[in-house]
Amino acid sequence: MEIKVLGPGCAKCKQTEQIVKEAVAESGAAATVEKVTDVMEIAGYGVFGTPAVIVDGDVKSVGKVPKKAEVAGWIK
Amino acid sequence: MRSNPSNTSLNWDNKPALTLNLFMGAAGVVVWWLVYQQLPGVSKWLTYSLLQISQGSHLGASIEFFLYDTPKVMMLLFLVVFGVGVIRSFFTPEKTRAFLSGKSEFAGNIFAALLGIVTPFCSCSAVPLFIGFVTAGVPLGVTFSFLIAAPMVNEIAVGLLYGLLGWKVAAIYMGTGLFIAIVAGWVIGRLKLENHIEDWVTQANIAAAEIEEEKLTWNDRFIYGWDAVKEIIGRVWIYVILGIAVGAGIHGFVPEGMMASIMGKGTWWSVPLSVVIGVPMYSNAAGIIPVVEALLGKGAALGSVLAFMMSVIALSLPEMVILRKVLKPRLIGVFVGVVACGILFVGYLFNTLL
Repeated sequence: MEIKVLGPGCAKCKQTEQIVKEAVAESGAAATVEKVTDVMEIAGYGVFGTPAVIVDGDVKSVGKVPKKAEVAGWIK
Repeated sequence: MRSNPSNTSLNWDNKPALTLNLFMGAAGVVVWWLVYQQLPGVSKWLTYSLLQISQGSHLGASIEFFLYDTPKVMMLLFLVVFGVGVIRSFFTPEKTRAFLSGKSEFAGNIFAALLGIVTPFCSCSAVPLFIGFVTAGVPLGVTFSFLIAAPMVNEIAVGLLYGLLGWKVAAIYMGTGLFIAIVAGWVIGRLKLENHIEDWVTQANIAAAEIEEEKLTWNDRFIYGWDAVKEIIGRVWIYVILGIAVGAGIHGFVPEGMMASIMGKGTWWSVPLSVVIGVPMYSNAAGIIPVVEALLGKGAALGSVLAFMMSVIALSLPEMVILRKVLKPRLIGVFVGVVACGILFVGYLFNTLL
C-alpha cells in the first residue's frame, strides 16, 4: 500500500503526516508513507487543497486534517 | 464528483450523540453569558482590590484592560470560531471551484469574494487552489477576488469586531473588505495579465481528482465546529494574548490624542502611513483586533485604523513568497499594488465620512 501525504509544509500538513504514520503503525498494515511538498507535483495529482492524502492512487481527503480513525478506515 | 448513495455520515467510534451535544451546547451558552456579564466587575476587583494598584494610574489602566480583555476576547473567539466552523461545514473548495468555473467577469468577482469568506481556506492551500481555479476555467480576476477576500474578510476578525466594537464596525469592515476584493479582482481581470502566470501552470493539463463527497449530519457539523475551535484557538491564542498586551500598553500608557496625530483625520498622510506600518507586520486577524480596539480608544481615526488592519492581514510577505511559485513577479506586483490602492481608498473614505 502506498500512501502519499501532500502539503507544502505548514503545520496542518505536518500534523496530517503524523496522524497517517501513527495510523499505519497502529494498524500494522504494510504501507509506505511519502510526503510530497513540491507544489507542481501536488497539482499534478489534481488536488487543489492541502493537506491531502492519497492511498494507492485514490484521493481520500483534501483540504483538511483527517482524523486518525478516518485514516484507519482507508488502510484496513 | 459523485456522492455516495448510501448515507455515509462520518463513522468514527465514540462519537457523542446529537442530543447530548445539543444539551451541553445549550448549557454552555448560558454559562458563557453569565461569565461574560461578570468580566468588567471582576477585572476591576482583581486590579484595584486584590493587586492593590492605585486607581487612575497608567499601570492600573493597562492591567485592568488586560484582565478584562483577555477572557472577553477568548470567550468571543470561542463562540465565533464555533459558529463559523458550522457554517463552513457547508462549503468546500471543490464546490466553490465548480460553481465559479466559467462565470462571467463581474458576477464571478462578486460570488468569488463572497465565497472567499465562507469557504475553508488555509493559506498554504493558496497555490494548489490557484492552480485548481485556473485549470477549471475560473477567470484570473475572479480567482483573485477569492484570494483577496479569503484572508482579508476573516470571519474571526468580523466576529471579534462585532463583539468588541459593535455591529457597525464589523459590518463596515466586512463591506469594505468585500468591496476591495471584488474591485481589485475585477481590475486585475481587465488588465489581461493571463500571460503572467508561470508557464508550467498554463501548460499543465490537470483534471481534478475524484473525491467521494461526504454527507454530513448536523451532529457532524457540530463536531466540525468544535474541532475548528480546538484547532484555531490552539493556534492563535498566543497571538491574541500578545495583541491584548500591546493593546493594554496602548490603553494605559499612550496619551489621549496622540494617536489622533499619527492616525488621525486631520493629516493627509495618516492613511498611507498606516498602510506602510501595516504591510511589513504580520499578525493573524485575531491578534490584531485588540490593538485596533486600543488605537480607536486613543483617538485614531476609523479609516486609518481600518487601513492599518487590512494591510497587516491582507498583504503578508509569506503569502507573496508562496504565490511566487505560480505568478510572475509583475503579476504579484500588480496584485499588491491594486490591493494597497483599495485599502488606501477605504481609509480615506472613512476618514472623510466619519
